[in-house]
This record gives sequence, C-alpha cells and structure tokens, in this order.
Amino acid sequence: MAHDAALHDDHHAEHKEGFIHRWVMSTNHKDIGTLYLIFSLTMFFVGGAFAMGIRAELFEPGMQLMQPYFFNELTTMHALVMIFGAIMPAFVGLANWMVPMMVGAPDMALPRMNNLSFWILPFAFCLLLSTFFMPGGAPAAGWTMYPPLVLQGGDAIAFMVFSIHLMGISSIMGAINIIATILNMRAPGMDLLKMPLFCWAWLITAFLLLAVMPVLAGAVTMLLTDKFFGTSFFNAGGGGDPVLYQHVFWFFGHPEVYIMILPAFGIISEIIPTFSRKPIFGYKAMVYAIACIAFLSFIVWSHHMFTVGLPIGSELFFMYATMLIAVPTGVKVFNWVTTMWRGSLTFETPMLWSIAFVILFTIGGFSGVMMALVPADFQYNQTYFIVAHFHYVLVTGAAFAIIAGVYYWLPKWTGNMYSEFWGKVHFWNSAIWVNVLFFPQHFLGLAGMPRRIPDYNVAFADFNMISSIGGFLFGASQLIFVGVVIHCAFFSKKRAPAKVWEGARGLEWTLPSPPPHHSFVTPPVIDDSVLAHGDVLH
Amino acid sequence: MSVSKFLRQASAAVLALTASASVLANPVPWQLNLTPGVTSESREIYALHMAAFWVCVGIGVVVFGAMIIAMFRFRKSRGAVPANWSHNTKLEFLWTLVPVLILIGLATPATRILMNEYDTTGSDMTIKVTGYQWKWRYDYVDYFGKAVSKVGYMSKLAAESNRIRQTGSGLDPESVSDHGFKDYLLDVDRPLVIPAGVRVRFVVTGGDVIHGFWIPPFGIKKDAIPGIINDVWVKVDQPGIYRGQCHVLCGQDHGFMPIVVNVVPKSQFESWLAAQEAQANADKAARTAQVGASATNTLAQH
Repeated sequence: MAHDAALHDDHHAEHKEGFIHRWVMSTNHKDIGTLYLIFSLTMFFVGGAFAMGIRAELFEPGMQLMQPYFFNELTTMHALVMIFGAIMPAFVGLANWMVPMMVGAPDMALPRMNNLSFWILPFAFCLLLSTFFMPGGAPAAGWTMYPPLVLQGGDAIAFMVFSIHLMGISSIMGAINIIATILNMRAPGMDLLKMPLFCWAWLITAFLLLAVMPVLAGAVTMLLTDKFFGTSFFNAGGGGDPVLYQHVFWFFGHPEVYIMILPAFGIISEIIPTFSRKPIFGYKAMVYAIACIAFLSFIVWSHHMFTVGLPIGSELFFMYATMLIAVPTGVKVFNWVTTMWRGSLTFETPMLWSIAFVILFTIGGFSGVMMALVPADFQYNQTYFIVAHFHYVLVTGAAFAIIAGVYYWLPKWTGNMYSEFWGKVHFWNSAIWVNVLFFPQHFLGLAGMPRRIPDYNVAFADFNMISSIGGFLFGASQLIFVGVVIHCAFFSKKRAPAKVWEGARGLEWTLPSPPPHHSFVTPPVIDDSVLAHGDVLH
Repeated sequence: MSVSKFLRQASAAVLALTASASVLANPVPWQLNLTPGVTSESREIYALHMAAFWVCVGIGVVVFGAMIIAMFRFRKSRGAVPANWSHNTKLEFLWTLVPVLILIGLATPATRILMNEYDTTGSDMTIKVTGYQWKWRYDYVDYFGKAVSKVGYMSKLAAESNRIRQTGSGLDPESVSDHGFKDYLLDVDRPLVIPAGVRVRFVVTGGDVIHGFWIPPFGIKKDAIPGIINDVWVKVDQPGIYRGQCHVLCGQDHGFMPIVVNVVPKSQFESWLAAQEAQANADKAARTAQVGASATNTLAQH
C-alpha cells in the first residue's frame, strides 16, 4: 500500500511540475536530452545563417556584401558555433536520452551535474555571439585561432577564450557523466560486450573528451596571457614559438574530429542492423575499430601542419600514422555494408540518412587518405579541397548521423510517428543539395583556390556559384526538418508502438513510447534475446 | 603493375601533355583537377595525386557497388529473408590486410617524392621571401655563390585589382587581363623574377603573422612564420608567368596578397639582376650624397 501511494505521489508530482521547475531545474536525463537537442538545433541554424552569409559573398567574384574582415568573422564564428554549439551538444543530447535507456539505468549517474553541464552552454554561446556587437567585432582568425594573428583581435578574444573554457567544462562534465553511467549503472546482465554500439562509441568518445578538452583550455589560456598579461608563449619576439600553439591546438584538435564522428558511427551501427533485420556484422571488430581509431587520433595531429616546416622524420611519421587510420575506418565501412548484405532491407527515413552517411562519409574518407600523402598535401593544404573534405565528414558524416538518429528515436521520444513522406522530402533535398554544395569545392581546391578568402579570381567563378546555390537550397531544406519534428511532437495523430521498428532490438524498445518520465526505476531483468548483441560471445 | 611503375608512366604521359603548355599552369574556368605544373616535382605530385585518386575510385566502386547490389537484391519488398550470420574471421582479416598493402603501395612513392622535395642542398641561388600584412618582400641573397648586393623589393596586389575588389566597387572583375589571362586578384605590381633552369632555394619567413607561400604550378607550399625560417627549392625549366596565393589566413586582406613569379631565361635574368644591383648602388650613392649635403647645410646654418 505504502509503496503504491509513493508511486502515485511521484506520478502526481510529475504532472504538477511548473515549466521553470521542469525545464530549468531538471535533473531528468530525458528532459535534459531534449534541452540539448533543442539548443543544438538552434545553434545549427545560427551557424547555418553565418554559412549563408559566406556563400552569398562567394556567389560571384568581387566584393558585394561585406568587408573582408567581417567575412573572416563569419568563417570563424560559423566553425565555432557548428562544432561546439551544434554537433557536440547534439551528440550529448542523444546520449542523455538513449544511454540510460539502452543500459537499463534509471537516469544518468550524476543528474545535477547533468543539469549544470547543459545550462552552462547557453551562457557560453551568449558570450561568444555577443562579440559581434563589440568594438573590433567578433574573433576573425579562424576557429583554429592561430597566433600571432588571433592576438591582433580586440577584447573579443577574452570573451572567446572564456566561452571556450565554459564549453570545455560543460563537455568534461558531460563526459564524466556518460562514463560514470555506462561503467556503474548498467542493469545486471548488461555486460560491456553486450552493450549497443552507440554506448560503446560514446564511452570511448567520453574518454577522448576528458583527455583533450583540458589541452584546448591550456592552449587558449596561453593565448589569453599572451594577449593581456605580457607573456610570450607564442610570440617569437619574446622567445616563444607560434608553431608551439599549433602543436598544442591540434593535439586537442585531432581527437576532437573523432569526438565528432565516433558517436555518429555508433548511431549508424544502431540503425543499419534495424532496417537490415540482421545483426551488425563483426560486433567486436566494430568495438575494437572505434578503440583503435581513438588511440590513433592522439598520434596524428601534425598532419594538420605538414607545411609548417616540420623535420622530415616528423612528416614521415605523421603521414604513416595518418594513413593507418584508414584501416579501422575501412573495417567499419566494410562491416556496415556486410550488415546490409543478405539482410531484408526497408528504406524508412533513418535508413536513408544512414545509407547516405556511409557513402558520403566514405567519400570524405577518400579525400582524407589523399591528404595524408605529404607531397600531395602540399597542393591540397589550406585550399577548398580540405574545405570539401571536412564538410563531407562533418555535414554528411556527423550531421547526417545526428539527423538519422533523431528520425530513428523521435517516435520513441514523443510517442508519435513522424511523417514518413516529409521525412523523405527532407532527406532527398538534403542529400542532393549537400552534394551540389560541397562536391564542386573539391574542384575549386584542386584548381588552386585557397580557403578563407572572401573574393577570388574569375576562373573560380562557376563552381563557386554552383556551390552557393547548393548551399542556399541545402540550408532551406533544413526548415523541413523543423516542420517534421514539430508536427511529430505536437500534431501527429499516429501513435508509435513500444517497438517502433520491426527489426529494432535492445532494452530501449521494451519501454513504451513515449517512455515514462522515470524509466527502469527498478533494474530490468535482461533477456539476451531482446538485446541486439546478447549472443556476441557465442 | 606496381604503383611506382604506374607513377613513372603517368609522369611521362603528363610530361608529354604539358611540354609546351605553361598556360595550363594557372587556373582556368571549369578546371576540375590539379595542375600538373611545370617542375618535375609538381609532376610527381600530380602523378601521386592521380594514383591516390584511382585507388579511391577502385575502392569506391567495390564498396558502393556492393551497397547498391545489396539495396536492390536484399529488399524486404522483394521477399528477402535475412541471414543470421554476423561474423566471418577470414573475411575480416582479409579486409584489414588488403588496405594495409594498398596504403604501403601509396606511402612508398610518397616517401620518395618527399625526401627529394625536402633536400634543399645544392641550390644555385637563394631568395628570402617574407610575408607581411598584406604583401610579399623578396630579397635576393646570393647567385651562384656570389652575394647579391641590395636587391630586394615589396610585391603587392596590382592597383587595378585592388580598385575592383573594394566592397561595392561595382567594377567588373572580368575586365582585368594580362596576355589573355584574366588575372583578377592574381596580379601584382612587381613580380618575383627567377631564372629558368636554375635551382632556386627560397628561405621563407613571416614579418608579422603567419602567411603562406604557395605556387601551385611549382608544387611548393611553405608557411611563412615569424621567428622561423623555412626553406623550399624549385627548378623551373620553362620561362613564363606563374601565379599563386597566400594560403594561411593572415587577416582582413588575406585574399588579396597574390604571388606572381616571372621565370625568365638565365641570361636575361643575369642582366636584370645586374641592372637591379647597379640601380640599388646608384640609389645608395645618391642617398649618401643627399645626407652629406643636408649635413653640410645644417652645419653651415650654425
């Protein structure tokens, strides 16, 4: 009786929570996950707006719309907002929603810290975006913030450094939370090697975050003291070394690019088996491949710096190490394809995004292998070829995987089905226009157009115009996404069953859709046949 | 066929194609591919680039082909029944090993090309290149073992391009041309002059922030970093005008500091260099005389 009354009270309290109490003071992993995702979608549009400005200025040769310095502010802020504001928080939001439900935990291990790590972000980005309105403007030295150039900026530098500190604190707390949840709160019977690959990918990513966010904090703190406190870490005139910054930055920066892609691998590894109705091929190899990529990510940073004049021994070491990354990455791609082979495929929206991910991310990987070859990199480095490369891995890689994950889990979160028709309209528009946007940038880079320039020779005019048109339409296509999500959450009449997808397996699909506000309050009794990888040791 | 043999054949083919086409060295509208360039190093880079490209195409055909076949053959709507296997140790071993071998095949020629490019010994002349916001300075240091006396100058975006590129100028970028090449933003007031057929070593540094010295048709790219001197060499056999740009973001006018190199026959270069030296010395003499005269004046006034 007493137990029932307590349950009833709890249930009652849930409904009486005020808006502020529920959303601002939330310690619930689902609500915080939602907050992260809304925040990241907002930043996706803010960063996207900057990109539209960039593509508008590059639409034709000559300077039509802005001063060159403002163009540099846009490229810098576009990258900072997209990386730290859109991609990273989106993955944390997906982890918040899914990791506890996947491992059978009632919530994240550290719920209050979870609240704090989210609510730091809006303040960090207010600080960062406010620099646009300051005398001297926003930071304009590129998101890599290379000294001595970045030190020529105004007071905005202090704001940028402080907001990066805040983002770093947020990421570190998020990472600690995910590690603590996965290592301590798995339901009995959920062995590490029975976990979904999304959890594995995030566990390894979280260790990367812990390892490198402090390094970034150190690098930008040295910028801060060089700028305002008279130190000379990076000032050659004072005995410092501008290249030292690049080494420290890229020691963070290279693992960072894997931080933005490993969770994407996890999402794709959930979706492809579901719609192939067949277990993932080589589960253990997939786990080892992620771990292997994570390890290699620490010993390849100088491939961003092949032209700074490294000694030949360094050039060769970093070339070989970088090329090695292609091996575990190749294993992942081959395993996804083999998962589809002899499956029973259907092509719902999440599957379409995942297939596009595998193809387009692989294209990004190809240009990555080409750039690993040092002599060839002398022609590619700092051109539009690399712009095309990292947008293939980050937009059609990371962002496509996030969107795939949202379509995949949205019915679970809301309890309603999204519109399959509009989801597909969104997909086809995005998949077509993103290639019109980024594929010609390979040609531009090979023809000799440097990146981060606001104006160019007339020989580059045609492909720039095509790229801009693709950019505007790709940007506009994302409005469909907002429509689909709002419709699904508030207006869709079609209810989602607990197991939304026929081929889906895992604990999260044993919960009703939407799941109760507090799920797995008592640990589930795990039946291996429910799990996607319950029989992996056989 | 081994990759290095393929590279050699590709180099030879490219060489034949571009023997007398220096115009191909500079960007053209609708250009899809890297320039093979005009030095033996840039041609090697081009061949390496093409080898890597075809390797990627080959892997792409296999992987994407398998995906497409799977998408047509194993559709649920066609009654496909899922298999339940999920491991195959032999297959997994194979597709770990084969990529390693392919990568070794690419890394081998890349290593050889890089070792050659990195060897700056045995150069015939040295030019110091300094990047400034937003122009280049070229100082001639020595020529065949003999120090060059006071030949150095700034090189910045040509006035016409600079006028057109101002925001909202409304002027037409298509209107700038030089010998039929529309050189908007790729023209300077004073180009760098180097002799053909001579091994030139550039020592590259930065005067304020980091810049980048990149000339695509030569296949050379080095960052110009304050406090650090990098070096890179080039030997261009074919006279002509070759264009490049600063490749490292260096502030508001990063897009407006091109590099133009005028490669002239050796004899022409030598007379040019002699004239420059004579001019510099005459200027110096004139300045000395002027300073002397004004000193005398000052003294006389007292």
